[in-house]
Amino acid sequence: MAKGDPGGTTRSRRAAPRSKKGAAGDPELVQLLTPDGERIESHTSPDGTEYRVDFTDEEYRGLYRDLVLVRKLDAEATALQRQGELGLWASLLGQEAAQVGSGRALRAQDMAFPTYREHGVLYCRGIDPIMPLGLFRGVDQGGWDPNEFKFNMYTIVIGAQTLHATGYAMGITMDGKTGTDDGEAAIAYFGDGATSQGDVNEAFVWASVFNAPLVFFCQNNQYAISEPLERQTRVPLYQRAAGFGFPGVRVDGNDVLASYAVTRTALDNARHGQGPSLIEAYTYRMGAHTTSDDPTRYRIASEVEAWQAKDPITRVKAFLEKQQIADAAFFAEVDEQARRESVHLRERVLDMPNPEPVTMFDHVYPNGSPLLDEQRAQFTRYMESFEGSAH
Amino acid sequence: MATETLTLGKALNTGLRRALENDPKVIIMGEDVGKLGGVFRITDGLQKDFGDQRVIDTPLAESGIIGTAVGLAIRGYRPICEIQFDGFVYPAYDQIVSQVAKMHYRSGGRLSIPMVIRIPYGGGIGAVEHHSESPEAYFAHTAGLKVVTCANPQDAYVMIQQAIASDDPIVFLEPKRRYWEKGQVDLDAPLSEAYPLHSARVVRPGTDVTVLAYGPMVRTCLEAATAAAEDGRELEVIDLRSLSPLDLTAAYESVQRTGRAVVVHEAPSNIGLGAELAARITEKCFYSLESPVLRVTGFDTPYPAARVEEEYLPDLDRVLDAVDRTFGW
Repeated sequence: MAKGDPGGTTRSRRAAPRSKKGAAGDPELVQLLTPDGERIESHTSPDGTEYRVDFTDEEYRGLYRDLVLVRKLDAEATALQRQGELGLWASLLGQEAAQVGSGRALRAQDMAFPTYREHGVLYCRGIDPIMPLGLFRGVDQGGWDPNEFKFNMYTIVIGAQTLHATGYAMGITMDGKTGTDDGEAAIAYFGDGATSQGDVNEAFVWASVFNAPLVFFCQNNQYAISEPLERQTRVPLYQRAAGFGFPGVRVDGNDVLASYAVTRTALDNARHGQGPSLIEAYTYRMGAHTTSDDPTRYRIASEVEAWQAKDPITRVKAFLEKQQIADAAFFAEVDEQARRESVHLRERVLDMPNPEPVTMFDHVYPNGSPLLDEQRAQFTRYMESFEGSAH
Repeated sequence: MATETLTLGKALNTGLRRALENDPKVIIMGEDVGKLGGVFRITDGLQKDFGDQRVIDTPLAESGIIGTAVGLAIRGYRPICEIQFDGFVYPAYDQIVSQVAKMHYRSGGRLSIPMVIRIPYGGGIGAVEHHSESPEAYFAHTAGLKVVTCANPQDAYVMIQQAIASDDPIVFLEPKRRYWEKGQVDLDAPLSEAYPLHSARVVRPGTDVTVLAYGPMVRTCLEAATAAAEDGRELEVIDLRSLSPLDLTAAYESVQRTGRAVVVHEAPSNIGLGAELAARITEKCFYSLESPVLRVTGFDTPYPAARVEEEYLPDLDRVLDAVDRTFGW
């Protein structure tokens, strides 16, 4: 850096725009599949990183199947909520490509720390899609084993899980599990709203100074409930990474191929000991924040329509058709599988039993507590005191 | 028997050292815990002997300390987090009550967070604001956390090791004004056979009034008992040691004998531990009580300026005054 040059050498290329609308512009967007279904061979970022994918036809079809199934199951859950079978649902509609792309880029040994919307990643981890519905139906608090599936519990407090992921990644380093092709990495999912949280910024600091093998995967879906991106930031989110000392990249979050490519690269860098990175998957939440929300109060129809044209599934379908990788029979078969699985999901949700009330006392402490044991006993006696008690 | 005279602070240091030696998964993390050995020197020399992978100097971010420790615990480590002072724990409060406390429950018992959160707490050292608080009620109110505090070097040495060995997340409150007080410590005390972590102990038997205290107030109450004895009143002093869960077996037995109870703590009285203790004793010992259960506590103000903390903190006179009042009914 020349003496007296306060700016350094890297900031000149594109100054952050100051205008309100330009703040979330698209200075760089990794894309491998256009909204029209055109394949882009590869994308080279200004730092020289090249992003590309090399899938077999079978793998392309598999990604399409994932996207359709995840959307269908999500739609079924939304319907179940509308019919009173779930207390709440946080739909992923519109974010399928970001979740399936990143989820399929994870290796078996990688650990994911989700928010409450990562149903697509959960699906990619091989977890039964019924699992999160127990939480939203109110019969359990999330039923899968985080260790078995390498997918932690959903986290509702915004951004809290980014610190858990950072600590877990520090543990990977302490265990000596980085530096090789089969090294481990962690990934933390969060939204644009979470970038305003202290915990997320603390996670950035920690991951950076401890060189944690971690990918921060921000799905910028443009809204934190009703608050637009302009209420969270004046600079594109991926650019924040530079201030913390690690790379950041913005990817077309509606492009499953690009989402896969950038996530795989970031995870591989992490597992090889190159530390954390931030991915901003630029996408759009087509539905409400949750089923309790009314997005028509805070966003306009033309905006939604503009994003509809960038739909993550139609572009893959167009690509598969153009390249003759899949035919009408394949698409029909996928639709039929999605229909079957959603019906199956619905049947099983309706069959989910309510928990025995006394189980509310279970698992408060690994080693139990005498006070809690006493309360449980009192509760049991009280319940048994009712006439006609089965016990 | 290897018995040594140690300060409470050195006893904690020795206990931490033992834990680091015995289990390679135990790690210490916090602000200034490494080279400096902590602002109270409780971790003195540990980084030198165990390395900066076991005794980790962290960024200045309390939520980060606790939140990353959650991830390390999920990974199989046993983190001991040092919060530098009581009044600095609040930025980490969300991680402690929403994440640490509930992870085992939310996961249906599949995940454990075997974490110890060490907090030097309480007043009496002439510190500036945010350095003298007693936040125990916040944590004791939270299901999923256990809260303990030690009052003498022997307990400090044993309890810190018991807390680290436990799979429960434990808030470990250290009475900072007692860090420099000395006592005999049996370094070979077997942890599993020594007093269990969540048990209270009668530290002075007596017949006339039951005095319940914990942490820094235990010594104050023992001094009050000595003074009361000169006036012909025998106080039975109970060190609660565990604030959540509470062990009141000894307290109930005692109050049924004495008919009188006084609860002493530094924290403000409103919605404090004293209220819980008074309620439980009243429920269990109603027909034995000769007078209401009285509380001697800090006042319902923020912790005041150091030059008036002697008036804020319960002292021997206020304890004895309460004892007198129990005889006025």
